[in-house]
Amino acid sequence: MTSAPSLLIQDLRVSISGKQIVKGLDLQIKPGEIHALMGPNGSGKSTLCYAMAGDPNFKTQGKVLLDGRDILPLDIDERSRAGLFLAYQNPPAVPGVNVANYLRTIYNAAHAPAPSITIPDFEKLVKAEMARLRMDESFLERYLNDGFSGGERKRFEVLQMALLQPKYVLLDELDSGLDVDALKILADGVSRLRTERKLGVLVITHYARILQHLKPDYVHVLHRGKLVKSGGPEVAARIEREGYAGLLGSDAESEAGAGEKR
Amino acid sequence: MAKSLSPKPAPKTKTKKSGADSDSSSPQLPWGHEAQVQSIVANLENYHETIRNPPKFSFKVDEKGLSEHVVREISSSKGEPDWMLAKRLMSYRIFQTKPIPTWGPDLSGLNLDDITEYVKPEGRKNAKSWNEVPDYIKQTYERLGIPQAERDILGGVAAQYDSEVLYHSIQKNLEEQGVIFMGMDQGVAEYPELVKPYFMTKCVPAGDNKFSALHGAVWSGGSFLYVPKGVKIERPLQIYFIMNYPEYGQFEHTLIIAEENSSVQYIEGCTAPHYDTASLHSAVVEIFAKKNSRVRYTSVQNWSKNVYNLNTKRAIVDAGAIMEWVGGTLGSGTTMLYPCSVLAGEGARADHLTIALAGEGQVKDTGAKVIHLAPNTHSSVISKSISHGGGIARYRGLVKMKKGCHGSSVHVRCDGLILDGLSGSDTVPRMEIEENDVKVGHEATVGRISAEQRTYLRSRGISEEEATRLIIAGFIEPVVKQLPLEYAVEINRLIEMEIEGL
Repeated sequence: MTSAPSLLIQDLRVSISGKQIVKGLDLQIKPGEIHALMGPNGSGKSTLCYAMAGDPNFKTQGKVLLDGRDILPLDIDERSRAGLFLAYQNPPAVPGVNVANYLRTIYNAAHAPAPSITIPDFEKLVKAEMARLRMDESFLERYLNDGFSGGERKRFEVLQMALLQPKYVLLDELDSGLDVDALKILADGVSRLRTERKLGVLVITHYARILQHLKPDYVHVLHRGKLVKSGGPEVAARIEREGYAGLLGSDAESEAGAGEKR
Repeated sequence: MAKSLSPKPAPKTKTKKSGADSDSSSPQLPWGHEAQVQSIVANLENYHETIRNPPKFSFKVDEKGLSEHVVREISSSKGEPDWMLAKRLMSYRIFQTKPIPTWGPDLSGLNLDDITEYVKPEGRKNAKSWNEVPDYIKQTYERLGIPQAERDILGGVAAQYDSEVLYHSIQKNLEEQGVIFMGMDQGVAEYPELVKPYFMTKCVPAGDNKFSALHGAVWSGGSFLYVPKGVKIERPLQIYFIMNYPEYGQFEHTLIIAEENSSVQYIEGCTAPHYDTASLHSAVVEIFAKKNSRVRYTSVQNWSKNVYNLNTKRAIVDAGAIMEWVGGTLGSGTTMLYPCSVLAGEGARADHLTIALAGEGQVKDTGAKVIHLAPNTHSSVISKSISHGGGIARYRGLVKMKKGCHGSSVHVRCDGLILDGLSGSDTVPRMEIEENDVKVGHEATVGRISAEQRTYLRSRGISEEEATRLIIAGFIEPVVKQLPLEYAVEINRLIEMEIEGL
């Protein structure tokens, strides 16, 4: 089953501070596929993302096979270098860290052991990517996420994704805090990477809106730490029409306090 | 390494110094332009000679404590004018009466009864061989890639006076503009009429504190910089200390006079650690920023960890003038350093930017003082400290706003970063605000490296060490970006070395 490349999640359980949030989840994302993971607040969507990426706050059991290699024993930076990228919902500011230097540092780390890229070559590369995302070049002079608006942070996450050239990406609520135009630009950026580089995408969202721009091949619904429904785009359409309550029953929105992270 | 200089053989003979010790104490340059240029050219020749072969002084005393006799010996061995001797003796008397300050870090390890050991050249021993240089210093040289010849000098191993203690890069056109830049001893000898009104008078009088009094009694070495009216010096003037000359570096006196509408940047120091067996440094820096002038004073010190580094640095900033202090204290055991800006004229401005690194066995008691005396004066202080390995970093600051300084503002920001559970950081800010129509801001943070930041950076594929290094470099960036590039690069490398062990 695992001979073809894929991001294969097997019976994944995630807990934080002794409380289990994800309670046994199976999912396979193949290169070039877009999967949407939806669910009410507190269902465990973000927890799943950060745990898979390797955030040390979470304890995991089960397996996550990235092209056949179990990445759960790896540290967070090793998982990134293995080809998994997590776009943060709220990336933290790191004051004083120059964006241009930072981008070159992570680029070199991701592409090691290839020799470090020269500064002029990197500048060309980064400016081309920024142009595609309609980002002003003055970004390069700023400090990492410092004073960035919500939309700027999201754009910057997608820029990093484009530069690191991961195989699989987890997008945690990419749509939150974005206006429609920005959302379209970023969704187009992700779609382009999916087509050009056969990127496998798991997009986490509460609302179906982003899925009008970033057309999913599959839609899954997470509820109380388990996948309760999987299907095509019609699942998202139904959630949009009926809400989670329509899909899951009357207790769907009653999970407040279950600890949706970030 | 830009830090040090090619050694030159020491001439065996001493140049005869011109005996310009007449006591006509006018603060203005009395000469016409031509005479001025001639004088400066002559003076520079003398200067270049003296830095190759600095005036030595010696005295034979058996007394352990500092005495009037010792002070007289120092003065007469330098051939100083009477007014300087009088100043030394007055300073000595003040030193005797003042108690050692107890409000700051513990100075009980400092034995002032043995002060002669600190003062007299014969009392100070250079390390005679590499075996005597502490390992941590050798390792640092290794890591910084400092060539052996320079290590010998920095480590105090080189036996003879074979290198320049100071290097003043003076461009020809500066000389022609009447800029004076020379050793302080030479300044006293050559320009007494210029030096006397400013030397430890209204800026840092001897009575300011115990150690300024000590300094006034026994000072030696340092720099004298005079920038005439309207002269703007684009390139920074740099001096590099090399602790090979016993006469220099312990009680050096720096006097900078920037006349109206002039501008100058002065940089001193070195990021590589200096090993010195002497255990007390007490420098005084006096800066006069006249009307509408701009002075930037940058210093980076990395004395070895056995050193008590107790300095007094102050600027008097006249109307419309801008004073900038940029500093890094990396070395020494106990440091007390609070550069002070006295904003004396309307519209004067001061910016203080400092970094302190406190590692094992180090106490950094550093900060800034800003004193607003005139209306519409503005100051800002940014202080960054990093403590690790059991080091203690304390920000100690004073903001004083006198009645009548309306329309003025001050903003103080001090951030302490603690890298491990052994180390400490705190802030002791003091504010004395007598005027209502002012803006006063104070922000202080003390914290550890944010796990969230580190996790985020690591999620982009960089190692924990690299993530830590980036966060720390970012933390000090507001100060480091104001430093000359070679200092900035070396400070970052030093920090990398320090955090490797974490």
